[in-house]
Amino acid sequence: MSATLFAVQTLNGLQLGILLFLIAAGLTLVFGVMDFINLAHGVQYMLGAYLAVAGYAITGTFWGAMLIALVGALVVGLLLEALIFRHLYDRDHLDQVLATFGVILFLNEAVKVIWGAAPLTLPMPDLLSGSIEIMDGLLYPVYRIALIVAGLAVAALLYVLVSKTRAGMLVRAGATNAPMVSALGVDIRRLFMLVFGFGTMLAGFAGILAAPILVVEPGMGDNLLILAFVVIVIGGIGSIRGAFLAALIVGLVDTLGRGFATDIAKLLLSPSAANDVGPAIASMLIYILMAGVLFFRPTGLFPVRGG
Amino acid sequence: MSTQSAPARLSRELIGALIVFALFAGLPILADAMGDTFVVFFTIRIMVFAIAAVSLSLILGYGAMVSFGHAAYLGLGAYCVAILAEHGIWDVTVSLPVTLAVCGLFALVTGAISLKTRGVYFIMITLAFGQMAYYTATSLSAYGGDDGLTMWGRTEILGSTALGDRTVFYYVVLGCLLTCYLLARMIVASRFGRVLQGAKQSEMRLRAIGIDPYAYRLIAYVIAGMMAGLAGALLANAAEFVSPAYMSWHRSGELIVMVVLGGLGSLLGAIVGAASFLVLEEVLSHFTEHWRLIFGPFLVLVVLFGRGGLISLLPGGRKNG
Repeated sequence: MSATLFAVQTLNGLQLGILLFLIAAGLTLVFGVMDFINLAHGVQYMLGAYLAVAGYAITGTFWGAMLIALVGALVVGLLLEALIFRHLYDRDHLDQVLATFGVILFLNEAVKVIWGAAPLTLPMPDLLSGSIEIMDGLLYPVYRIALIVAGLAVAALLYVLVSKTRAGMLVRAGATNAPMVSALGVDIRRLFMLVFGFGTMLAGFAGILAAPILVVEPGMGDNLLILAFVVIVIGGIGSIRGAFLAALIVGLVDTLGRGFATDIAKLLLSPSAANDVGPAIASMLIYILMAGVLFFRPTGLFPVRGG
Repeated sequence: MSTQSAPARLSRELIGALIVFALFAGLPILADAMGDTFVVFFTIRIMVFAIAAVSLSLILGYGAMVSFGHAAYLGLGAYCVAILAEHGIWDVTVSLPVTLAVCGLFALVTGAISLKTRGVYFIMITLAFGQMAYYTATSLSAYGGDDGLTMWGRTEILGSTALGDRTVFYYVVLGCLLTCYLLARMIVASRFGRVLQGAKQSEMRLRAIGIDPYAYRLIAYVIAGMMAGLAGALLANAAEFVSPAYMSWHRSGELIVMVVLGGLGSLLGAIVGAASFLVLEEVLSHFTEHWRLIFGPFLVLVVLFGRGGLISLLPGGRKNG
């Protein structure tokens, strides 16, 4: 457990946390304002990545690809909202889970039909390729640092939007008590479309950012979706602040756990047993964390809704 | 809620159940006459998933507990049987009690924690426990890890390998399904079941008359977990193979689909739903390998327009108001 390795793993953990935050932010707002459970949020992340690959094929630059993918993700998100999700807001959670599960099945398969099942890659922008030395003898890719910075910038922007603007005030009010906001003459449906569109774009943005460092493949959003749910449940549904904090915690715990669980297990167990137990414990850590948080605080760390 | 009187509903469900089980019972004879063995294997699969769906229907349809990690019990049951077999223990007198105990214990511990939460949080925490089970299975490198584990045979009954016979195995699975169905029916009709359904309608009223539903929910959750574990044990025997994929959250989603497709609040509906789901999957995947392109939108349409599930389409079916 050298200091360099620890630093690298911490940075990797931050990076996962940032990606998770970008996905969880939209999810928690949609959840908080409209009480709508959207399993299909993860496929928005996947679509962001695929559209970026397609955009790269057209424009030949990373930035052009990003623009196309952002717009594309927004269009698909709003289309889904208008066609399907809008009719589900008054339904119970079970119906919402089922219908959005259907959307996942469809879109995962559609992506497979259009782009094939084989993993794709998106080249990094030239500007951000290469590495810099951040510690003695520790080279870290510039792109990954840029990813963390971009994520933090988006988080700061979200913070300003939600806590300083009128739209943000309405979103917070909607998360606390939607019927009351509606009764005060605010068009809650339009507000929701705004939040929803923004959320899908953030998830798409996460997909674009992840595309150059992870493989782009069908179903890539599913695992992150589950992690994002863990994040918003730990953070408290509807709370951006909670989502940010929980995303970083989950990202760090998961990454550091995977990095060091086997080593820690070796302190207590025989090496061969540790090699078996370590990875299992590592992949369960965040779920144990979530169960623990929910046991002591059944509505998460930063509950928004009263009661 | 039903507008029909209780006896009318009961007799309708009774007739429906008689038809369904008569079909299951007669199928191997028909298949033998036609010389079609695939249908028998396929129907075994249907009945196994029907057991899991009935168990989920018990807590989902009657207790409003939307468990998104029910496939974990399916996998857990399957792994119990396969791991015991790996160590040379094949007999049902050991493997069945172990399976039920392990699944019951897992349900007791996770249920005790999960049931402290409500609504979306419950959905998510059951999902989390399901994922924990899934990742545990993938990391069991001694038992195949990601690749799964092959069983070189089937569970034995007091040393006899009778289950190796296709027809015998078929009727054993059918017997398990019938037992689970009847057990679930009894539970629903009992005072215990009424408390469960009362808690679904209004927990506050139930507390007002001095009943704390927590223990009732937990017991129902444990029973459902054990039933799904039995289904898992049968699944391992049917496929003679287990893999972590049995526990994936997609599988949990599919189990919910089966229950809702058949009709919430109907145990027979769960059986019909499981059969329809698997038949649909089989037919569509013959049609195109991208069957999910058709099934996904179908699911959305069922949710948007098909209230009450398939069971309400039967003649004299109840209309949900």
